[in-house]
Amino acid sequence: MTVAEEAEKFGLHRVGARPSLASYLKQTWERREFIYELAKARVQKQNQQNRLGMIWVVLKPTMNAIMYGVIFGVLQGDSKGPDFPVFVVIGVFLFEFFTSSMNGGAKSITGNQALVQSLSFPRLTLPVAQVTQNLLTLMPMVIVMFIYAMILGTTPKWSWFVIIPLLMIFSVFNMGIALICARITVHIRDFTQILPLITRMLFYTSGVLFSVDRILNHWPWLVQIFDFHPLYQTLQIARAMIMNDATYDPFAWIVVSVWALLALGFGLIYFWKAEELYGRAN
Amino acid sequence: MAVPISFDDLINPGLHPEYEPAPIFSDDTSFIDVVKPEDIKSSTLTVDETRQPVVMVDNLHVKYQVFSSGKAVGTAGARRLLQPKMRGVRTVHALQGISFVAYENESIGIIGSNGSGKSTLLRAITGLTPPASGAVYARSRPSLLGVGAALIPDLSGDKNITLGGLALGYNRQEVETMREEITKFAELEEFIDLPMRTYSSGMAARLKFAIAASKQHDILIVDEALAVGDAKFRKRSEAKIREIRENAGTVFLVSHSMNSIKETCNRCIWIEKGVQKMDGDPDTVIKAYQQHKK
Repeated sequence: MTVAEEAEKFGLHRVGARPSLASYLKQTWERREFIYELAKARVQKQNQQNRLGMIWVVLKPTMNAIMYGVIFGVLQGDSKGPDFPVFVVIGVFLFEFFTSSMNGGAKSITGNQALVQSLSFPRLTLPVAQVTQNLLTLMPMVIVMFIYAMILGTTPKWSWFVIIPLLMIFSVFNMGIALICARITVHIRDFTQILPLITRMLFYTSGVLFSVDRILNHWPWLVQIFDFHPLYQTLQIARAMIMNDATYDPFAWIVVSVWALLALGFGLIYFWKAEELYGRAN
Repeated sequence: MAVPISFDDLINPGLHPEYEPAPIFSDDTSFIDVVKPEDIKSSTLTVDETRQPVVMVDNLHVKYQVFSSGKAVGTAGARRLLQPKMRGVRTVHALQGISFVAYENESIGIIGSNGSGKSTLLRAITGLTPPASGAVYARSRPSLLGVGAALIPDLSGDKNITLGGLALGYNRQEVETMREEITKFAELEEFIDLPMRTYSSGMAARLKFAIAASKQHDILIVDEALAVGDAKFRKRSEAKIREIRENAGTVFLVSHSMNSIKETCNRCIWIEKGVQKMDGDPDTVIKAYQQHKK
């Protein structure tokens, strides 16, 4: 009889063994209060030492939007389309959620090494707490985004509430990306070095600052690729729902949902597979 | 007649082997004990059937991979990228085949000189350090008494109690019922609303201890330097540890204080340089250990 069988006989289990996916998710669900509390605590702590405190949560993206709006507004001249300021504000504010989830997710295991090494809990809670934290930061940003839209001459309408299901899908997508990045960073620390480059590349290629149909209409095949671009389509839906006379293809909902489910499904399994690896002291 | 010394012999390089400096770092890893799978004994643990085993440690090996410093850069660095095996990595074999069975209601002291692998053993038992070979089996996940890493210094002590309690696996309601007790035990009633970073180190340590000690454990692992704070608090925390220990099913205690091992443990394991030297009655093992140290 091997020791493993003998241990089984007495009801002992191997320590540190990876649980099944179902029980892993259940354990994470049991920690939901910890996730929420950790996310809330980190949001509070983030800007506590600054003089303007929580105002920075909205001030920073506002300043970004103004800068990009002015620069790209001038560069694009006449081809920038109607309501360009609102267009840029929606793009920059929502894209910020994606960026912070990806960057934060990448550091969620390696940046919490002490926590991972001293307490045992499903490690999934850390990237989930990170995305929750970013979602909490997004809430005031969305409100401010609507205020800006009104100031810039958009009339409020009922379809503004469609932003809620959209953000839910977007969070699912971001969660998947955060999980994938979290594990990659554990294997290759160098990943955080190229991450800013990837972020910036996505920023300039996701139609945050320009309308793809107008800028790229010489290359129809490229426009077709953008029909399946998860970030661009998310922004397009948001713009159509908020702005006065922007249009979108309802097919975008399918694109966004499928991407979100794929990202989360793959991310969960990919992250869970390496559960025994996190916090290795070497 | 003596043969005159030919200086040609001394300065002619062809006559002498080429000078080779001693390698600063060599790729020769033969000095490291490599455990081959066939060397590992399979299952020799004997279990006392009359008692209920709680933790089984089966031929546990732990290795750390360490980057040795002073490694070459430049071309060697580029070579390292292509041949990952050439990196200046040294393997430290921290635990070399530890095996024992811990039963219910046992409290086991672990002794050994500095760097002998005591902490590594504890970390392996809690599952925080994965074994290179062998395995640890346990009835429930053994927990280390400690919570410090989950706390955030910028938050108030009160919020940190919530955070630490939730990190330990309590739900919100349980945290609420414990809050007052924790505050009182940490003697921080007046300061509980202040951010933790404004606490003195003793105050912060007291709070961390109070939160960590609020949990009941089935298998508990206590590292030596847990009694913290001033003399008065140390006495109380020692009493608290004793109380937790009495309520826990099985306890592992790492300490350099032979007295506290003798006082509280009914079994003792002595580890030296990663090898299990002795396992048995505390008095005998401690005597042998002290003999060895002389």
